[in-house]
Amino acid sequence: MRKYYLPLGLIGLFIVLTGASWLGFFSDYIQTVLMYIGINAILTVSLNLVNGYMGEFSVGHAGFMAVGAYIASVLTTRVIPHFVLGTPLVPSGFMYTFDVAAWAKGPAVHLVFPLVLLMGGLGAALAGLLVAIPSFRIRGDYLAIVTLAVNYIVKSAFENTEALGGSRGLIGIPKLTSVPWVFVWTVISLWGIRNFIYSTYGKGVMAIREDEIAAEFMTVDTRRSKILAFCISSFFAGIGGGLLAHLLLYINPATFSIIKSTEVLVMVYLGGMSSVSGSLLGAIAYIGLSEALRPLRLWKWVVISLILILLMLFRREGIMGFKEFRFLAPKAPKREVEYAPASD
Amino acid sequence: MPLLRINGLTHYFGGLRAVYDYHLDLGGGELRGLIGPNGAGKTTIFNLICGLYRPTEGEIAFDGGSLIGLLPHDITSQGIGRTFQNLRLFNDLTVLDNVKIAQYSRIRYGLADTFLRTGRYWEGEGEIEERAYRLLEILGIERYADQLARNLPYGDQRRVEMARALAIEPKLLLLDEPTAGMSPAEMVEMMDLIQRVRGEFKLTILLIEHRMRVVMGICERIQAIDFGEIIAEGTPEEIRSDRRVIEAYLGEEVEV
Repeated sequence: MRKYYLPLGLIGLFIVLTGASWLGFFSDYIQTVLMYIGINAILTVSLNLVNGYMGEFSVGHAGFMAVGAYIASVLTTRVIPHFVLGTPLVPSGFMYTFDVAAWAKGPAVHLVFPLVLLMGGLGAALAGLLVAIPSFRIRGDYLAIVTLAVNYIVKSAFENTEALGGSRGLIGIPKLTSVPWVFVWTVISLWGIRNFIYSTYGKGVMAIREDEIAAEFMTVDTRRSKILAFCISSFFAGIGGGLLAHLLLYINPATFSIIKSTEVLVMVYLGGMSSVSGSLLGAIAYIGLSEALRPLRLWKWVVISLILILLMLFRREGIMGFKEFRFLAPKAPKREVEYAPASD
Repeated sequence: MPLLRINGLTHYFGGLRAVYDYHLDLGGGELRGLIGPNGAGKTTIFNLICGLYRPTEGEIAFDGGSLIGLLPHDITSQGIGRTFQNLRLFNDLTVLDNVKIAQYSRIRYGLADTFLRTGRYWEGEGEIEERAYRLLEILGIERYADQLARNLPYGDQRRVEMARALAIEPKLLLLDEPTAGMSPAEMVEMMDLIQRVRGEFKLTILLIEHRMRVVMGICERIQAIDFGEIIAEGTPEEIRSDRRVIEAYLGEEVEV
């Protein structure tokens, strides 16, 4: 019976959130905040895979979000309208002369949107190789510089591609991101990354953090582990980017600057390193805080930064570093012997 | 054909000659000792076997196949387990996870199984878990299974390293000063343990030691090296009385 608690709880939560949104119990504002929390949880847990579990320091997460966001948005504003409405693939001029959202009003869109996001995610995963391959030879601070460079490369590539709107970006993205979709993708991301990291494959990734050379000697294919970690991480960053684009309805390269990467980093450290639960809490705490402090206007950033400094001083491991909620913790195996109690 | 055959192995670090014309034929469940003073190149030989460095010259063959140019995980997953002089455990992971990781090359489920938690995943993961736990039992450290490796007493950390090396299911075990930093009592225990796992797992062992007492007690044959070169080879008795070995350890005799 116990094993059904979690799925039942998730289905219940899904029905409550979706119902409350559709029936109008949640205002547009509340819905938007909920969606932001979900999207940022996806971004945070995916970055945690690299920065927490693998022990590298990636500062270019927004680069992979950009790849996912642009691929998904081009599909929904250009490619699909081209086949459905017969509009040109590259519109002349910045403004669209047709209503891109027209096709997105039918029921078919609910089948198309996950596929669109998946395409974005796969594209981003491919871009993840840009970091994974250099990571064979370099690590630590030097790899951080590579991730920074990749963030800039991606941003400038989009800035200089006139067909994708250059620095003006893409407009008229249909609003396809909704509370139920964000909920589903958040669950998939948290659950998927948790399943990966607590398998023996995932332990290979953690072994790289602990001692890369010893990991190699203990038969861990560290190259493969790194490719897996970076690609899975950027895959979910791409999914998050696609969701964000279809919530903002407008993206440009500046949306995915190093500032966005830093924001995700903050959520990782706030929530806690090497923790799926922490990633979720980090997103909730950060978005919640920045909404609650909205009345302070610009002073908000002073307060948030102060809170971060205090956190680093007094609780460096974040809210839940290296710990998990019971329902996310790896299933304890059955054994006959009693152990000495685990100490922290 | 011996299990491990090394011929003309030479390695330079920049201009420094670390190993010169080293050779070894090892197999058939033998326990061979490798002794020499600090900096003689013993650990470098281990690292060359395991593929951490590509040797400047020479041939290393394991089970009939050349190891030159392979990555460490490809080499060790062929059945070479090793321990380290300065412990290299995965400190912030549990003891059980340490041993599980060494079974990485034998994961039998795919990535899709991992994400979806299929029956194949649970079956494969169960086997890994069971094998890891059994090894902890054999080494008498199963009570620490869920502790972080860093919290264990030193002697038990050495046992975890041994369990981890055995989890590879090695044919050849490379032990790098397994009694370093141990008290005489712990040392005797470790020597017993080495003998026991050797019989139980039918292992061929190459043992680096600094302390003469250990190698003299358990090795059939010993190689002594100094400045990367073999200076003597033979039974413990022969080594003990070899003039060059004594010189390497105690310094040359000087006529006054």
